[in-house]
Amino acid sequence: MSVTGERLQPTLFERSRPGRGGGKIPHPPADALDRIPAAARRTRPPALPELNEPDVVRHYVNLSQLNYAVDTGFYPLGSCTMKFNPKLNEWAARLPGFANLHPLVPDALAQGTLDLLWSLEGSLAEIGGMDAVTLQPAAGAQGELTGILMIRAYHRARGDTDRSEVLVPDSSHGTNPATASMAGFRTVTIPSAADGGVDLDAFRAALGPRTAAVMITNPSTLGLFERRIGELLREVHAVGALAYMDGANLNAILGRFKPGEAGFDVMHFNVHKTFSTPHGGGGPGAGPVGVRATLAPFLPGPRVLREADGTFRLERPGERPTSIGRLRSFVGNTGVLVRAWTYIAAHGASGLREVSDDAVLAANYLKARLAGAYDIPYDRPCKHEFVASAATIRRETGVRTLDIAKRLIDHGFHPPTIYFPLITEEGMLIEPTETESIETLDAFAEALIEIAAEAYKAPELVTGAPHTAPVRRLDEATAARQPNLRWRPMAGAETPCPD
Amino acid sequence: MPYGPHTAEARERMLRTIGVPDVEALFADIPGELRASALRLPGPVPELELAARLEALAARNRTDLASFLGAGVYRHWTPPAVDQLLLRGEWYTAYTPYQPEVSQGTLQSIYEYESLLAELTGLDVVSASHYDGAAATAEAALMACRQTRRERVLVSRGVHRHYRETLATYFGGGGLLAEEIPLVVGGPDAGTTDLVALERRLADGDRPVAAVVAAQPNVLGLLEPMAEIGRLAHTAGALFVAVVEPVSLAVLAPPGSYGADIAAGEGQPLGIAPQYGGPYLGILATSDALVRQIPGRLVGMTTDLDGRRAFVMTMRAREQDIRRDRAASNICTNQALLALAASIYLATIGPHGLRDVAAGGAARATALETALSAAGAPRLHPGPYLNEFAIRVPDAPDVHRRLLDRGILAGVPLADLEPDDADLEDGLLVCATEVTTEAEIERFAAALRIELAAARSRETAAVR
Repeated sequence: MSVTGERLQPTLFERSRPGRGGGKIPHPPADALDRIPAAARRTRPPALPELNEPDVVRHYVNLSQLNYAVDTGFYPLGSCTMKFNPKLNEWAARLPGFANLHPLVPDALAQGTLDLLWSLEGSLAEIGGMDAVTLQPAAGAQGELTGILMIRAYHRARGDTDRSEVLVPDSSHGTNPATASMAGFRTVTIPSAADGGVDLDAFRAALGPRTAAVMITNPSTLGLFERRIGELLREVHAVGALAYMDGANLNAILGRFKPGEAGFDVMHFNVHKTFSTPHGGGGPGAGPVGVRATLAPFLPGPRVLREADGTFRLERPGERPTSIGRLRSFVGNTGVLVRAWTYIAAHGASGLREVSDDAVLAANYLKARLAGAYDIPYDRPCKHEFVASAATIRRETGVRTLDIAKRLIDHGFHPPTIYFPLITEEGMLIEPTETESIETLDAFAEALIEIAAEAYKAPELVTGAPHTAPVRRLDEATAARQPNLRWRPMAGAETPCPD
Repeated sequence: MPYGPHTAEARERMLRTIGVPDVEALFADIPGELRASALRLPGPVPELELAARLEALAARNRTDLASFLGAGVYRHWTPPAVDQLLLRGEWYTAYTPYQPEVSQGTLQSIYEYESLLAELTGLDVVSASHYDGAAATAEAALMACRQTRRERVLVSRGVHRHYRETLATYFGGGGLLAEEIPLVVGGPDAGTTDLVALERRLADGDRPVAAVVAAQPNVLGLLEPMAEIGRLAHTAGALFVAVVEPVSLAVLAPPGSYGADIAAGEGQPLGIAPQYGGPYLGILATSDALVRQIPGRLVGMTTDLDGRRAFVMTMRAREQDIRRDRAASNICTNQALLALAASIYLATIGPHGLRDVAAGGAARATALETALSAAGAPRLHPGPYLNEFAIRVPDAPDVHRRLLDRGILAGVPLADLEPDDADLEDGLLVCATEVTTEAEIERFAAALRIELAAARSRETAAVR
């Protein structure tokens, strides 16, 4: 299997030549492993590829060039979007004092990082209108699990044990219902109303003594602010349930709406979306969780504590028995949190408000520019993202949203998120983010308008796209039916160590 | 806003196109009574000043001591190629590679990661990454419960306490039960999983066991009888989950060779900096038989319309964005950039280099054991170990503090790591890797000798 296109690359395994590479690590003495019993030893060395460094460097540089990235162009992927990742943040996270710090050093040796984490907790609490924050969760979905487990612990602590349901609108992220299930709850799906908000009647009908929590993404995955949120939260609390806010779209409302002030009991922050961190094709992230004081006793441990003398320390094991426990090893994704702290400090209160202003301005501008060429199912001011639909185009030309997305690649852009949320016909969820200039937004709008015209003039041009990418459309059915998930080892791997 | 793009003229033109007088109008849908109070945050701080503040904060961390810390996070030599390649902006996507035609670089790199870790673990299927070793272990246990339709798992206390706590938290919601298996006290097997207790717990209780979870090497650095633990698990119809350290797999038997159904582990040692706890890399591997149960993303090889080889995310029906409340897990964001780091690390040092890392650590550990034993702190347990072991030191936490004053980070006091285990309170868990120098070992031994002598004379004085 060595069929590759012009720019495609052989795998590491195909590049491998037994005897190549080495020399990075001194050879240990021959008796280094003598104390390891034979039964515990590896009998056949792992057939890892053997390459010299120039080979490796070329491999990864060439692979990187097969990617479309935020640093190479406009990437309007709605719903889960990393924005520009300031280079200062990368520099900061790599400062040796941060990068080389072992997580089990005594607190006295980690005062710089602990100070930063404590201060970040404070900033996030202020931004979310919450009383306390944990930085431990490694991603938004883990933050959701943290929040829902705290809600469970809260009800249990009050002896309120019959609450077995979590209400989730159908416009939510898939992580919400998956999280509720993982925490042992039954998910009750609430439909959306015609205006894109939660259907309040359906919501009321589902709410009751069995409701443990409601999970709401606000603004929703349609990019719409939930206008009746105040009323909704009052009703949630009236039946004794708690309200969870999925903060994945927080970049739309910084300084404008504080979930805690509005009545949400718990929320997570996708700091890697709102406050920058490089997503290398899916992560890493961090998902701090903010809570009102009622839930603070249940926060996972260890928390960062500030002593009377101004020094910082981590909570000791068992110090707070009401804690739900820990979600992962050590403190959290500190390297990501250094970037978030840096982003927040660089912007300050006024800058964060401008982030939201510019994100919302860009989304509404793009929406206005596309209004003639595409359907706009929810025609009211959107927040940081909006849904456009190719339903009419499909009806009239047969060209689908998927085709339009692929054709955008030929026009030099990364496609938006498509067919999400699932409730929109032929939907495209477009999130321009706050750092894109009007020239970029115009060029993207013109490309989409041009593609709409192409759909009528030359539909096969669109349905056959992409024409310029390294590969054409992929056979995903075979990939799923006959999965090939790993390279099989090469012959000749058992070669002596090269010197 | 330091990264903002708009001129006043552009802003004006955008507002005109939208048809609103100002940006404020775009927030009219937030009802008045829900408007936020003023945001009270310092800043904005210009980049020049911010850099100085960050340097000052980083400088308050002490990373210059001779360190013998391990316990789940290990210092290794990382070839500079790893970070330089990782810094290439082309890897920085906005999210998941949903459009494979313009994501072949990321997708191929993930496929290669899956292949490299499959080879290291001796298993067939590796997920595109989890949050860290602890979360991966918890997911492995959940996976075993789904597969066996059983609700009880047995976890050896040789598994890192953070991992056990994480597993307990993940189990805390539903009807699942996690029970701990003690370690042997005394004798030649001291500090390893108590097989007699394991066998008894497998047999008793009114709920059958879904999985047995054990670590190799275990948290005390000791080698466990993995094949025997796996045999006991399988005899009871349970799956066997092995928690492994990836560098050790260059020289230790891989989980696939001793019958593990699932392997979980922490990928941090593969070229990832300690960074006070993360981001790290959760490794999760399993056999073909369990592929439908593995949570998280998978990338597979396929072809495009022209028959060219290409890579794509696959078997996505298990994932939360499609199956929602019936998904294999809620994981969405993973640690893809760290998986890339691990792949570049493995490719750069190669199979022989990895063996040199593992064996080099073992050699340094031997030297460390010899030196510390001569200084008066023998090993706490007699069994074989790889590069980490516990030493017996009277009043260990106090001695640890005194050594710190002498510039030595003398490992981890077991009283901190395992506070409820009285057998370990006199223990320090110390670790050596290929970067540990002979000079550091000598300094540690010399300082320890002095502190133990001082402690003895204090004791004598107190008796008088």
